Amino acid sequence: MSKLSEMGNNLYSGRVSIDIVGRRKLWYAIALVLVVLAIVAPVARGGFNFGIEFRGGSEFRIDGVGSTSQQVARDAVTSVEPESQPIVTSIGVDSVRIQTEQLDDVTTEEIRIALASAYGVESGAVTSSFIGANWGADVTSKALNGLIVFLILVSVLMALYFRTFKMSVAALAALAHDIVITAGIYALTGFEVTPAAVIGLLTILGYSLYDTVVVFDKVRENTVDVEFSETTTFASQVNLAVNQTLVRSVNTSVVAVLPVASILFIGAFILGVGTLRDIALALFIGIIVGTYSSIFIASPVYVHLREKEPRFLIKP
Amino acid sequence: MAASSTVKSARKSLAWLFVILAGFTGLIGFGSLTDENASFTPKLALDLQGGTQVILAPLLLDGQAVTTEQLDQAVAIIRQRVDASGVSESQVITQGDTNIIVSIPGVPDENTLALIKASAKLEFRAVLVTGQGSALTEVDGTDATGDATTAEPTPAETPTAEQPTPVDASDLNWITPEIQQQFDALDCASAFREPGQIDDPKVPLVTCDVSGTAKFILGPVEVDGANISDASNGTVQSSTGASTNTWAVNLEFDPEGSESFATVTQRLFPLEQPRNKFAITLDGFVITAPTTQAVISNGSAQITGSFDRDSSKVLADQLKYGSLPIGFEVQSQENISATLGQDQLTSGLLAGLIGLVLVVIYSAFQYRGLAIVTVGSLVVAAVLVYLLIAFLSWRQGYRLSMAGVAGLIVAIGITVDSFIVYFERVRDEIREGRNLEVAVENAWKRSIRTILASDAVSFTAAATLFLLTVGNVRGFAFTLGLTTIVDLIVVVLFTHPLLRLLARTKFFSSGHPWSGFDSKALKASGYMGRGQFRTAANLSPGKAGKVSKEAATRQTISERKAQQAAQEAEKSGGK
Repeated sequence: MSKLSEMGNNLYSGRVSIDIVGRRKLWYAIALVLVVLAIVAPVARGGFNFGIEFRGGSEFRIDGVGSTSQQVARDAVTSVEPESQPIVTSIGVDSVRIQTEQLDDVTTEEIRIALASAYGVESGAVTSSFIGANWGADVTSKALNGLIVFLILVSVLMALYFRTFKMSVAALAALAHDIVITAGIYALTGFEVTPAAVIGLLTILGYSLYDTVVVFDKVRENTVDVEFSETTTFASQVNLAVNQTLVRSVNTSVVAVLPVASILFIGAFILGVGTLRDIALALFIGIIVGTYSSIFIASPVYVHLREKEPRFLIKP
Repeated sequence: MAASSTVKSARKSLAWLFVILAGFTGLIGFGSLTDENASFTPKLALDLQGGTQVILAPLLLDGQAVTTEQLDQAVAIIRQRVDASGVSESQVITQGDTNIIVSIPGVPDENTLALIKASAKLEFRAVLVTGQGSALTEVDGTDATGDATTAEPTPAETPTAEQPTPVDASDLNWITPEIQQQFDALDCASAFREPGQIDDPKVPLVTCDVSGTAKFILGPVEVDGANISDASNGTVQSSTGASTNTWAVNLEFDPEGSESFATVTQRLFPLEQPRNKFAITLDGFVITAPTTQAVISNGSAQITGSFDRDSSKVLADQLKYGSLPIGFEVQSQENISATLGQDQLTSGLLAGLIGLVLVVIYSAFQYRGLAIVTVGSLVVAAVLVYLLIAFLSWRQGYRLSMAGVAGLIVAIGITVDSFIVYFERVRDEIREGRNLEVAVENAWKRSIRTILASDAVSFTAAATLFLLTVGNVRGFAFTLGLTTIVDLIVVVLFTHPLLRLLARTKFFSSGHPWSGFDSKALKASGYMGRGQFRTAANLSPGKAGKVSKEAATRQTISERKAQQAAQEAEKSGGK
């Protein structure tokens, strides 16, 4: 048997117990520092770097080219704007479309010339125009609507299932922690915010709640009838539940992170898949933070909310 | 005795799984023979496969300009219409100050083009006069047709002084000499309407039906598309309730629309032909002009015409999301390539595969022999997801994008979690001193609750976001919902039955060190006899009793019986 399952035995029996609930002031302090950092640092760095899908941008079209190679266009654009990640599409048989972030007039003209010479056409064959956002305000407002309805629904669902709304509150606290930190770290890397990254963040939202529900199911089981116990307290029963699910939490997060890490490191850095880098990064941070918060935020907050209830204080 | 029923029910579950897999395979196989859209290869989205770029230019009358608000509103409506036709993650963006670029996978047919470009302004007007769809002067003379075309359709004018003022919308006094003249000269075969022409809703309209066989003088607009709260398509039901082959668009009006509709039908019902007809126009053409059969006061109406399944769906989708503030024409329609090449898809899949291998290695390290169950379950899940995607890309227009591929790769982790929750529960039961067969049954009852609760959270997320959002978010929600359902099917119909069967084999039940349920290792550290074990966790014996009582109250009768049987089996076989 591996060390982890031996550890699992000890955690399960309570022989080894990590005092998570008792040291909650420490976890709150860490969370507070991380959340503040996640909000302040990106702002100091200039906020999110929203991509063309959100802000719109510039579009170039080259007609009558001999070869519609996409790499030629990428090289031409990055020779003028090294930071740019153009989206290149070939249209019909002899046209190429290039979409970039919004550029000023001078840069637009430079890129036009660069593209014309790269494809060996007259600069008149390269036209440019502004394009709007595909992920416009209408998509964002609909997504936010959906999100609010989802959070209300899921809070009600959890309150009904666990028979206490305090678990919903604790789970939402952990969720807010995860989203803020994931978004903050994402902004810190300076990666462009793409629809894929936002979708990664939405996945984290689901994952964080999912993971909290798994831990809370054990908490619920351990704290049934705890008010009738003479030898144990509410807090220590929650702590036991967290310890008992610790091996599962570690195993799950490792298994969930492995494919994501594979996309992030192998895919993006070795094979060069630009698109997957953004979603993989958001997921990579989010899964780790999401697992951490179920244990170190959700459970202590839940104890905080409930242990002062009269029925847990007065022992029969 | 109890044991053989376990085997039976395990085999039954596996048989069901086989039925589901074979069912989808059969459906798609049958579909691929009869329907060109069906295939075992899922269709790919715009980013992976390319498609068609349609540039739409607004249809503007002289001196008319399009505002940014109108353009944004049109983009939002077109996006909803495109989304309604499937989960394809299309791109709808503005270009410059006036144009809209719609990029969709595949090649759009007439219906799709109509869906994105038509303004779809629906109006209900009372019929005043009807006639044959050609100019009155010479019925079959082609020269006369030419004359009729040159006779400029003058904009409808308000009644002149000598004309009595009409009392209601069905009043024949609406017909001024000018309107009569316009009606007489009208030839439906000619292009009598300017593209993008906007009619004044307060005056009569002279127009033709869509097929060009009849022409009409219609009263002012009484109800319009803005009063529609919902629209759907379906077949017409006969009086006996059986469905016919006639396709129709069903409309639901908002309270204001319902009221006007009731008033109008009340007025038209007693009138003589053709003034008892109520014409429905779409972008200025009459789609249908049914005779009023009854006063309609329930706020719902049905439009029949020359619809088939697809065209009725197009109209319903157009009406549901509202009419565009302006009409558009297709300026150009060109093929576009994928923005991500085949090589990128291959790289993505390769990365996913490497991730999968790492998961297998890790689970073999953690769960030894049980890794067989994990790998088997993942393979079943993968096959099921693949079949479902192929099926949905045929039936629902689902298209797999790069983000979708990433979502599926991530789902590996979430699917495996169900097995981990289950396996860890089994280990907990073994730590409590139960033998494997009993441990598997007890652990299942507890873990399926956890799995159901956590999957319910994921599924709520998927369903809510799918119903309430548009664009990429909707595509994501679809993938999430799909993998959640597959996770549940696999764990119930494959993982659990397989573990039940394996628990009966000697390798696993003896607690072999490589089985993942090494009973010695699991019991060694914590187990001190039942009851005493709990003391280690600072629990009173009374509490342990209450816990099991609580668990018992949550069981169904059959579960309780099964547990009793299992406990007996444990007593006799466990020592």
